[in-house]
Amino acid sequence: MKITLNVNDKTSIVEVDDPQMPLLYALRNDLGLHGPRFGCGLGQCGACTVLIDGNAVRSCLLPVGSVGDAKVTTLEGLGSSTHPHPLQKAFIEEQAVQCGYCINGMIMQAKALLDTNQHPSDDEIKRALAGNLCRCGTHVRIVRAVKRATQML
Amino acid sequence: MLISTLPRREFLKAAGSLIVTFSFAGLLPRAASAADAAKTVALDQVDGFLSIGADGAVTVYSGKVDLGTGVRTALTQIVADELDVPLDTVSVVQGDTSVTPDQGPTYGSLSIQIGGMQIRQAAATARAALVSEAAKRLSVAEDQLATRDGAVVAKGAVDRIAYGEIVGGKSFELKVDAKAPAKDPANYRVVGQSVARLDIPAKVTGEFTYMQDFVLPGMLHARVVRPAAMRADLLSYDDSAAQHITGFVRTVRQGNFLAVVAKTEWAAIKASGALKTEWSKWDGLPEENQLWAYVRATKINHSDVLQTVGNTAEAAQAAPRKLSATYDFAIHTHGSIGPSCAVAQWQDGKLTCWTASQATHLLRKQLALMFGVPLEDVRCIYIDGSGCYGRNGHEDAAADAALIAKAMGGPVRVQWMRADEHGWDPKGPPTLIDYRAAIDASGNVIAWESEVFIPDAPKTIQVALVAAELAGQPTDASHPGNIQQALAIPYTFPNIKATAHRLAETPFRPSWIRTPGRMQNTFGNETFMDELARAVGADPIDFRVRHLNDPRGVELLQRLATLANWQPRPARSPGTGAIVSGRGVAFVKYELVRTYVGAVADVEVDRKTGRIRATRFAIAHDCGQIINPDGLRNQIEGNVIQTVSRTLIEDLKFDRSTVTSLDWASYPILSFPDVPDVVIELIDRPREKPWGAGEPTAAVVPAAISNAVFDAIGVRLRSVPFVPEKVLAGMNTA
Repeated sequence: MKITLNVNDKTSIVEVDDPQMPLLYALRNDLGLHGPRFGCGLGQCGACTVLIDGNAVRSCLLPVGSVGDAKVTTLEGLGSSTHPHPLQKAFIEEQAVQCGYCINGMIMQAKALLDTNQHPSDDEIKRALAGNLCRCGTHVRIVRAVKRATQML
Repeated sequence: MLISTLPRREFLKAAGSLIVTFSFAGLLPRAASAADAAKTVALDQVDGFLSIGADGAVTVYSGKVDLGTGVRTALTQIVADELDVPLDTVSVVQGDTSVTPDQGPTYGSLSIQIGGMQIRQAAATARAALVSEAAKRLSVAEDQLATRDGAVVAKGAVDRIAYGEIVGGKSFELKVDAKAPAKDPANYRVVGQSVARLDIPAKVTGEFTYMQDFVLPGMLHARVVRPAAMRADLLSYDDSAAQHITGFVRTVRQGNFLAVVAKTEWAAIKASGALKTEWSKWDGLPEENQLWAYVRATKINHSDVLQTVGNTAEAAQAAPRKLSATYDFAIHTHGSIGPSCAVAQWQDGKLTCWTASQATHLLRKQLALMFGVPLEDVRCIYIDGSGCYGRNGHEDAAADAALIAKAMGGPVRVQWMRADEHGWDPKGPPTLIDYRAAIDASGNVIAWESEVFIPDAPKTIQVALVAAELAGQPTDASHPGNIQQALAIPYTFPNIKATAHRLAETPFRPSWIRTPGRMQNTFGNETFMDELARAVGADPIDFRVRHLNDPRGVELLQRLATLANWQPRPARSPGTGAIVSGRGVAFVKYELVRTYVGAVADVEVDRKTGRIRATRFAIAHDCGQIINPDGLRNQIEGNVIQTVSRTLIEDLKFDRSTVTSLDWASYPILSFPDVPDVVIELIDRPREKPWGAGEPTAAVVPAAISNAVFDAIGVRLRSVPFVPEKVLAGMNTA
């Protein structure tokens, strides 16, 4: 079956066997968007985070058939290495990456936070990111990067 | 000797075009080329490590890989400086067994210390040869020449000859010269600078290609279905339900190895759930709550004395005061955020495997053994994966993919699910350490004894491949890594004996996880040191300084004390408030021969709940010459935070049959609200050798926390992790 998605301000049609397939696989395998990543498939780590109508959502759990005409934004939808979004720029400036596998989730979750709270405190940033796991221990830089982004927005 | 007079090699004619650059040179998987077979991977050849194209582009061939630690950038800096070429002309090819030398696995904090220095020496040799050749061409004495911006230039003249003109597209045909003069550190341009990591822009925009993103045309997706009990036999399976799933291709079974293959990833996931399996019963694991009794009762294959000074037994005999304590350290999983993944393809009986393995050359040998094919018929190509922090499941996913691809004919991608990673990656083994010390009438420590109980180590450092074990294919026994390291101590007690008891068995496939053994042993050593300092009423930093005959170590501890604003703290009364704070110190000279690290931990203990918060770490760090200060800080911060997690929270759960910590709920790790601040003092010694930094800081974290908790509430924590129940139990018996 064909499913129409609105991803990064473009209409895309994906052909799926099963509308219960999580959105993550449509983004990664059908649309070639590798920003969102598979980490747990359980909504526990946040590596797969995308924005759905501005809200941070775990795409590993969301059935592709239930997205409807909601606006999906992935990491690629924020910016590119030549035209980075302020959050991406801040992560580069703070060198807030080690292996980087979790960073998609950090940036997308932070985007949702900054859209509702332009000047969060360190504690507010930490609370907002509490459901996003990083194993390399890049946390202190990530908090600094989100803080820095608030000065650029 | 440069090769200009020798016939060109075919493969290097096209050197500039071999590398598929996409948008980021050297960051995306490199297209394999038939010409690769002609490239030397010899460790003693400049061509093993370096090539320079006609356009001056420098390619570095590194057997050490970037596991998310910034090694790619650091190697780029080393080569750019040593060759005097602009940074952006250097790209790094990593861990491709066809083109990169076997520099050993990327472990043990050796990528710069060993791997980087081999590459630096190759570059120094290349630079000397380029100058020598330019001298001939320009008819100028070598000492009248310098190198700059990818060219040899005549001092005080305009004569200039670009490297690309001299060697471009040709090989050096030159042995690495151990005596080739390396650059004077005073002249470094980029070594020692915080060069921005080359991979980060692509990683924050979704442009980076991880192993998990790699695809081949016609590739099928597989999921493995693991035994219900770790060593159960597969009695039967029924895939009739799976066959109704659109996209399902087939089930692959060999012995106890079972996998489903499908055209899409989702179909493979659904099929793995739809498969009905019947496994034999197996309950050979120890009772989790009897783990330490089990370890102590395990047969000792042999005991190795790691350090002997004087005679501890004799010294202790008449001593008026004796202390003894037992420490234990839980089983840990690597906990990579991205579960392991690999792609494999067989063509004409030859296997190519794309993998995030930290050890592609070793994996190649393991796969050749597993499939009974000659080594030259296996190629392993590294692609950056999720951080692994040691030997996690990457190699096992590679073996899975290779086994399934052999059955399928075409390329196969295996992606482990979360439960595969938590349940089936090899584990950091349980570690038990006994300590004894003797103190004389004047309060001097006169004897120190330690005995660690750890899994035995077969000849080769490697971990058996799960797929080979399950499928009944050959694979060598698992080795836990050099986990006896760092039991020996740097202190000047007159009588010391450190012994490793090597055990005949351990519950799970043993493996190395960041700071393997060194973390466990340093936890015991540095906490027991604190016990001794308290016993003799000494300040713990002063106590260490008094027992170090090592100016570099003493300087580090003094700088740490200043950084942490350390106030002398001999034993004090435990705090009595609801939340009590304390601070503790720990020190390591890594493996007694390299990187020095000292930590001061500040903690808060909630006396009602038993919950510990590590609020701040001060770290003094001396790894000799620093290649990239910000990259080093990033590593130190990561070491601290990851190890706070391991120390306070992490504990693998299991029943008699299998691992029951199968996700992040049953094996939680530290999250943002509990992350400490990290303050760092880097001690740079540009004229010393660069030592490793990927592990040493982690070694001091558990003891620093334990000692801080004792400082706060007078409870001595000797069992990692320091969960609230242990804290409360300690307070009840204190």
